[in-house]
Amino acid sequence: MAGIVTNPRSGKSQPARPHLTESRAVRYTLIGIALLFLGLIVILPMVSVIAESFRKGWEAYVSALSDPDALSALKLTLITAAIAVPLNTIFGVAAAWAITKFKFRGKNLLVTLIDLPFAVSPVVSGLIYVLLFGAQGFLGPWLDKHDINIIFATPGIVLATMFVTFPFVARELIPLMEAQGVQDEEAAVSLGARGWRVFFKVTLPNIKWGLLYGMILCNARAMGEFGAVSVVSGHIRGETNTLPLHIEIVYNEYQFSAAFAVASLLMLLAIITLVAKSVLESRMSQEH
Amino acid sequence: MTLLRKKDRVLPGLSITLGFSVLYLSLIVLIPLAALALKSAELSPSQWWDTVSDPRVVASYKLSLLTAFFAALVNLVFGLLLAWVLVRYKFPGKRIVDGLIDLPFALPTAVAGIALTTIYAPKGWVGSILEPLGIKVAYTPLGITLALIFIGIPFVVRTVQPILQDMESDMEEAAALLGAHRARTFFKVILPDLIPPLLTGFALAFARGIGEYGSVVFISGNMPMKTEIAPLLIITKLEQYEYSQAAAVAVVLLLISFVLLLLINILQRWSNRRLRSVKGG
Repeated sequence: MAGIVTNPRSGKSQPARPHLTESRAVRYTLIGIALLFLGLIVILPMVSVIAESFRKGWEAYVSALSDPDALSALKLTLITAAIAVPLNTIFGVAAAWAITKFKFRGKNLLVTLIDLPFAVSPVVSGLIYVLLFGAQGFLGPWLDKHDINIIFATPGIVLATMFVTFPFVARELIPLMEAQGVQDEEAAVSLGARGWRVFFKVTLPNIKWGLLYGMILCNARAMGEFGAVSVVSGHIRGETNTLPLHIEIVYNEYQFSAAFAVASLLMLLAIITLVAKSVLESRMSQEH
Repeated sequence: MTLLRKKDRVLPGLSITLGFSVLYLSLIVLIPLAALALKSAELSPSQWWDTVSDPRVVASYKLSLLTAFFAALVNLVFGLLLAWVLVRYKFPGKRIVDGLIDLPFALPTAVAGIALTTIYAPKGWVGSILEPLGIKVAYTPLGITLALIFIGIPFVVRTVQPILQDMESDMEEAAALLGAHRARTFFKVILPDLIPPLLTGFALAFARGIGEYGSVVFISGNMPMKTEIAPLLIITKLEQYEYSQAAAVAVVLLLISFVLLLLINILQRWSNRRLRSVKGG
């Protein structure tokens, strides 16, 4: 659900003027309470992931990651993200282009509908595809007759992932392209540029960081999604498990350090995402 | 394409981008969601009502709503505190702390779930301290609330932070000149302007908490009537091949989310108007 909140460009704190701030004691107390809260809720879990994953030593860690089921889960996670992220990116760019460069009736409705997946529980996001393509779903009998597997197979996992990551790129691009207006593109058109050339030479350079930002958030969610994928996966070992689902299975078998070893891989992804996000944020604030 | 006004069409690509967007939206989002409504409509009205008013279902709604509400309430207080500390004070490591606020957005929920469970289980780092005091966190509603606090904290911080950052200090200055104490200035001058973003952040965290699954399912213990959240009950119904019942439970959950989303939109519009009138005046 990242991206539902506009990102503040963090930075400048106001100069401390004595009558406009609190006494030193109050300041330190507030900072202390805030850090304690963050420590217990956010930092401690991160530390525990590292500690638990190395509890049985380096070799156990490596063997948990090189387990064939873990590797096949990694492969499925990568495949899923490799399909879901580009498709949602194409959609995001197309939708943002239509919404910000033109006027048409029903535009507000379209913008609202794009956000819809954020309001849907992950479990419901998976459920809707089971109702459509599952054995007892609307298209189930037809799919069965033609020997097409969607639910409990890779296509279902990809579809559920596409649903939960649907708004990320569009959400990032719409406000950005709205703010940039249409002058640059109109100038290019009046100088004789056509279609794709306008987009690649004029629009894309203007939106590249925002686009990348949206894609990174989209990717993080695609690789980490649990609820929606859990519903459609069927949890077939070595076949329909993504990394988060593999963690659940191993954890429920009481192989805690193996579960945490795989979890540490996903935590690394989260940290890389956060670093990339903060680098891109400072780029974007420099350019605007 | 008669809806389109011709004079606006200087740039190319409207029909292809709009057409693709609507098609993709329909295929991925709208048609599947319609399937949900259709499936739940396969139940007769009385069957439908029996499903969603079943004590076990009602207990799960209650649990999901209450834990999400209390978690959002905790986040309201600590989210404001974190935003305040990050905007107003200087301390070492501030940039890292600011970045860590987004961790719950970026960390896969299953990872958060097993980590929180391990720490707050009776034998865990924090759980073993709380256990002798008679406080059980993991496998109780308190544990569910804790997971939802984790999930929800960025929403409040990230809605309050930009407003606090852009706040002009002249009103505070005036209050100080008129002899108001800092605490009085905070409650009378600063806080009123923060109420719209606080409520928005609260509603976002609340809405997210109601549907949350991954981070909760490990720490909740999943006991019917006690620690079984609504999304889990949907999965249970699905595993029993009660597709229509699962759909009915989901429809109610979805309606609650939509009402909250509507509320958030109204709040944001109110907040924007308020800001504009403050800046204009």
